Amino acid sequence: MPGPGSRAPDIAFKWVAALAASMIIVLIVLVGWQLYAGSRMSLSKFGPSFLWSSEWDPVQDKYGALPFIFGTLVSSLLALLIAVPLGVATAIFLTELAPQKLRQPIVMAIEMLAAVPSVIFGLWGIFVLIPWLRDHLFVWLRHYFGFLPLFQGPIYGVSMLAAGIVVAIMILPIITSISREILRSVPNLQREAAYALGATRWEVLKIAVLSYARRGLFGAAVLGLGRALGETMAVTMVIGNRPQISASLFAPGYTLASVIANEFTEATSDLYLNSLFELGLVLMGVAIMVNIAAQVMLKSMTGSGPIKVN
Amino acid sequence: MSTLPEAPSARASSDPIRVATTPNSAATAGLPVENEEVAFDIRNFSLWYGQRQALVDVTIKIPARKVTAIIGPSGCGKSTFLRALNRMHELTPGTRLEGSLRHFGSDLYGPGVEAVSIRRRVGMVFQKSNPFPTMSIAENVLVGLRLNGVRDKAVLQERLEKSLHMAALWDEVKDHLNRPGTSLSGGQQQRLCIARSLAVQPETLLMDEPCSALDPLATAKIEELIQTLRQEYTVVIVTHNMQQAARCSDRTAFFYMGKLIEFGNTRNMFTNPGNPQTEAYVSGRFG
Repeated sequence: MPGPGSRAPDIAFKWVAALAASMIIVLIVLVGWQLYAGSRMSLSKFGPSFLWSSEWDPVQDKYGALPFIFGTLVSSLLALLIAVPLGVATAIFLTELAPQKLRQPIVMAIEMLAAVPSVIFGLWGIFVLIPWLRDHLFVWLRHYFGFLPLFQGPIYGVSMLAAGIVVAIMILPIITSISREILRSVPNLQREAAYALGATRWEVLKIAVLSYARRGLFGAAVLGLGRALGETMAVTMVIGNRPQISASLFAPGYTLASVIANEFTEATSDLYLNSLFELGLVLMGVAIMVNIAAQVMLKSMTGSGPIKVN
Repeated sequence: MSTLPEAPSARASSDPIRVATTPNSAATAGLPVENEEVAFDIRNFSLWYGQRQALVDVTIKIPARKVTAIIGPSGCGKSTFLRALNRMHELTPGTRLEGSLRHFGSDLYGPGVEAVSIRRRVGMVFQKSNPFPTMSIAENVLVGLRLNGVRDKAVLQERLEKSLHMAALWDEVKDHLNRPGTSLSGGQQQRLCIARSLAVQPETLLMDEPCSALDPLATAKIEELIQTLRQEYTVVIVTHNMQQAARCSDRTAFFYMGKLIEFGNTRNMFTNPGNPQTEAYVSGRFG
């Protein structure tokens, strides 16, 4: 038996924790390896041109990833563009402005939004959102902003924009709750410093709260983007599933995750299956690259760097 | 403010040591000059946090261009009193007050008076230094002016130098004004915060235990600085350090359980207090 002063439990705990941490790295390597192994045939057949070929023709056994990369990035960025302002504004309301009584109910509602399964959002998208977009919002957008290539072309309902909106709703909870934690971590002393200078509530928000929290808020957006990139089910149900690249947000698209989910069971040839695996590899690569880019951007906006007040 | 002061109950008046707050009593003994300029004219001022009364019927005239120290044991309401002077207590929900507070003649709580405009005239320095971490030294000093819409480069530069000189920080930072404010030492950061408050040219500066987080050397610098500030500004300083009050103030107000027990010349207060309770506190027998 180890005595009370023994370091044995200490050392054992250290190794257990280290093992748990190393599992994460092992898992990433294994997933990457599996994707690589499963896509070896298409990798050797198409080479790097797989990345910029837009052809996706199972009949002739020709495959390219570009429309899916495009669809994934565009739908995710659209979602981010909608969800970040909404989420941050909600977080600001919850931490700075809302009366105490209102805060808890709103937080609970946001948590419930996070608990809704993906497929429910898809169904809602198909039966509620898309008809409304098709008959109202899209028509309105085309009427007033039709001079932009973004809002031209035929309206089907299922579209890149529909996917962006649905994904935005799905990543809203995580962006809101992380932003809220970030804003709550801003010391009250910072707010008081600004108030004591005669700042209005809006000015306090600007000079004391948001500038203090901007790195954290950026991090919240990146986490939301990570979710959006991999979102599969709801996107598949509303994006239209057509591998094409169009400037119009009304046009259907296709994402990396959706095509894998949709076509995995019907992959009739080995090369087809290999190409789907390679899409998985590309998706992982895109996600990792987005994260690295975010890290680099985060470094460049290090909190100590002076910013302009106005 | 996280720590609410202890609420004096109705029983407070039956405290073994009787308290006197009426203007005619010992509370105002030792006030020498009749016609000196008054910065804060406060009458029958009471304040509640929800149900708990934090300040009871305070009547006091704080002189202009002098240093007034506010002392008293923890929870006596001294911080609350200070924060009411520029309406910072309003950031705590559920406060309520009665009485009249005038700052150089104008009613602090009059109808249509904005807390924002009060705080531009009555600045505040806090217990812990709180420079804005994303701003440089220069931007920290000038942020209040920018809020007021001052754009003129020459004015900004002049005010930057003057405020840092006033805060006795200029010589230490003049060569790296673009470094982050948080790169300074604790004492320097506190002086930076003082410079930030002075830059908007307030009439009065409130200090809430400004040295409690500083070492003796940094404390000495701030106390020295307070001595120079009194030539242009009215300074009201809350401190739990009685030596500090004795060293750097002209007047001292002693608060206990939300009441102003005694107010007078600092020297009198410490050598010959008019109230037994004050004597007990300043001689270290309680508090």
